[in-house]
Amino acid sequence: MVFLDFEKPLEMLHDQLERLRQVGEEGDLDMTEQIKELENRIRSKRKEIYANLNGWQKVQLSRHPERPYTLFYINQMCKKFVELHGDRCIKDDKAIVGGLASLDGQTVVILGHQKGVNTKMRQYRNFGMANPEGYRKALRLMKLAERFGFPVITLIDTPGAYPGVEAEERGQAEAIARNLFEMAQLRVPIVSVIIGEGASGGAIGIGLGDRVYMLEYTWYSVISPESCSSILWHSWDYKEQAAEALRLTSDHMQHFGLIDGVIKEPIGGAHTAPEEMARLLKRQIKKALAELADMTPEARIEARIRKYEQMGTYEVVEPEEPKTRKRR
Amino acid sequence: MGWFKRLKEGIQTATRNKKEAPEGLWYQCKQCKATCTRRELRENFHKCPSCNYHVRIGSRDYFELLFDTQPEELFGELRSKDILGFVDLKPYADRLAETMRKTELTDAITVAKGKVNKRPLVVAAMDFNFIGGSMGSVMGERISRAVDHCLEHRIPLLIISKSGGARMMESAFSLMQMAKTSAKLTLMAKAGIPYFSLMTDPTTGGVTASFAMLGDLNFAEPNALIGFAGPRVIKETIKRELPEGFQTAESLLENGFLDFIVDRKDLKERISDLLTLFDSAGNGAVAQPIEQESEEAG
Repeated sequence: MVFLDFEKPLEMLHDQLERLRQVGEEGDLDMTEQIKELENRIRSKRKEIYANLNGWQKVQLSRHPERPYTLFYINQMCKKFVELHGDRCIKDDKAIVGGLASLDGQTVVILGHQKGVNTKMRQYRNFGMANPEGYRKALRLMKLAERFGFPVITLIDTPGAYPGVEAEERGQAEAIARNLFEMAQLRVPIVSVIIGEGASGGAIGIGLGDRVYMLEYTWYSVISPESCSSILWHSWDYKEQAAEALRLTSDHMQHFGLIDGVIKEPIGGAHTAPEEMARLLKRQIKKALAELADMTPEARIEARIRKYEQMGTYEVVEPEEPKTRKRR
Repeated sequence: MGWFKRLKEGIQTATRNKKEAPEGLWYQCKQCKATCTRRELRENFHKCPSCNYHVRIGSRDYFELLFDTQPEELFGELRSKDILGFVDLKPYADRLAETMRKTELTDAITVAKGKVNKRPLVVAAMDFNFIGGSMGSVMGERISRAVDHCLEHRIPLLIISKSGGARMMESAFSLMQMAKTSAKLTLMAKAGIPYFSLMTDPTTGGVTASFAMLGDLNFAEPNALIGFAGPRVIKETIKRELPEGFQTAESLLENGFLDFIVDRKDLKERISDLLTLFDSAGNGAVAQPIEQESEEAG
């Protein structure tokens, strides 16, 4: 088990528990009572810690090395998953995966960012940072879904679109922009869920949908707390403050009306009970798809565009008399 | 041998003690270091007469370059609001107030409607000196309303981008403007009204990754920096030098992401030509020239 820095008290209790168990197994002493008591203490301690998480701690949870990723959820939620590869232009991006699958008998196109589960795989997946071909593969799959009337499910988990030379030369910005444009008019339902990190353009590039949800311990922002700290504070040391200032966690996002809902995680985070998390995720996706299935494509597209049109916060002041500007 | 020897290398003045250069008579080119008078620069379409370097100019300069007469400013009543209570080294609210006072602008984008060689056009142009031309809710809303205005009156839209990207101080609100503006532009495409995107130095981040790359035609000024990630970030990521000409308008043209590059002195005529060309379909994609009004104004 990997414990985060704010979980240190839990780690100590876990160590004690391990020792008790060993003693129980080796010796004749019956430790059942003590073990039970300690387990209860762990449970209440965890509850206590998780009731008061700050923004930065939630960011850490979203990046927990044991956190479930897209392929895990696909395999848990769906049957007959057929992974489809390639953007038909240049190559197959390993940081975005997707394909056809059956969600309780309903064929869907499901895709998302994929991070690696160990050091080797993390590199193979480029840490979930997609290149333009990843976004173009995603678009190709979405157009396939549109052609055959399959709903689209996208799972978002990226520290950002990859900032590399080739990525720029192949049009990273164009690829993301094109996806936003096409997703706005896609004739089939789109449900998006942030399952980990939702960093900026790299996230929204597959994240424009009729319904957008966030798992509880995830974040969605225009920039990561670290980069924000480096730019606005001119130092990498203010990531905690930046995480607070950016209001990037799921509770804030729901409060601002920028997402359609938060999917609760098991106490301790998705990684402590991944199957349970997949069950909760599937329940929400199915509920959303059922709501969207009743609408005509035209009505869905209209509602989708109006939803995004409403997003923004500004003041309207009395129009001033136009100032006569001095000309040089 | 020179009369003076430089004792201390480099710039010694701390950034906070930096003095704004006075609005003087002379202009020294950032690229070739040649000097010319401000008047010469202005008469040369804000380009260096020696090396053709396109000096960064603001929304009002572009309006002056493009429109026949003084245009009508639209949606100037929209102002940024600090809903997050964002504080970094300076509160966002203070930063906004100070920028508005210094620049005499109300946001990083200004929308205006006027005529280009007698044809109506809505132009949304950005100012880099307004918090780096960053996109927040007001920029998104102004573009959104500009699209509505263009749809209602069947007028083409030109967006002149010059931006570091999304505005961090509005966090996810800024991010959502990418989706908002892109979604709204699909309505222009559906209605068959042209949207032109002109990218100027610099155009990066969320602006490039949304409306700037979504023009029916995408074009740029010479040598403009255009990209998704900034060059510094890329250099830090890949840990080697960037290739020459990387992220310039010329390389984007070469890689197939731009329709053409346009010199600033040809901008008005090029736009005017486009408006004429798109008009010949006869489907009302471009509103007809309005003779009477322009005669009055002229």
